[in-house]
Amino acid sequence: MATERLAIIATKGTLDMAYPPLILASVAASLGVETAIFFTFYGLNIIHKEKMKNLKIAPVGNPAMPMVFPESVKKTPVVGQLAGLMEAAFPGPPQIMGIIPGMTDFMTGMMKKMMKEKGVASIEELVELCKEADVKLIPCQMTMDLFGYKYEDLIDGLEPPAGATEFFNYVLAADKPMIIFV
Amino acid sequence: MTPITPDKTLDTSGLNCPLPVLKTKKALEELQPGQILEVISTDPGSKADIPAFCQRTGHELVATEERDGKYIYYIKKKG
Repeated sequence: MATERLAIIATKGTLDMAYPPLILASVAASLGVETAIFFTFYGLNIIHKEKMKNLKIAPVGNPAMPMVFPESVKKTPVVGQLAGLMEAAFPGPPQIMGIIPGMTDFMTGMMKKMMKEKGVASIEELVELCKEADVKLIPCQMTMDLFGYKYEDLIDGLEPPAGATEFFNYVLAADKPMIIFV
Repeated sequence: MTPITPDKTLDTSGLNCPLPVLKTKKALEELQPGQILEVISTDPGSKADIPAFCQRTGHELVATEERDGKYIYYIKKKG
């Protein structure tokens, strides 16, 4: 059978941008495609032992961000009414609010709560599912050096750090290579 | 229609994409070829995703039902 190999390049370290590579990879692997994720630049944070738990979603510079109030918050008296008013008045958090200290953490907390209530997996959970599905998780050597991340700072079960050449060599060895850049 | 007796039931109620598909894949690994897995989902996305998963992996989607807002799939493990 012709080999199909999917490589996803994860370059972003925000909560919202950590999801697509992990979801696509875990599903592709479960469909029988040989799958790898190459983590480079801020994408390395997705597989960093400590940082992966604190990925954030920033309202600043993100005009597409909706108001995120979980159902449980909307049902709380007073707070819920306030949330309702905010939702009615603004399509998303006003950009100026994003510079208020603590706002990014607050928005991240709301988003995580909403995801949990809607049955969306956490990042840690998805990384585990990727490992179980035999997705190769490859950290980028150059950006590890750049940020001073040691191999031990990253989660267990990763492939050895690799460079762009080795990565391409791996992907292009398949009959049907596919690359997705996130 | 004769009711289908599943060999195993997987309830993914409340879980969202991609969890129903990933859990279905894992549950099928524990079955013998020819055995039937019943998957219950509340994710509307599963209506397209589960048939696509079966088409791609070769397991047979024997029947699909919609009951009380839940989607139920009967999947026969490929031989």
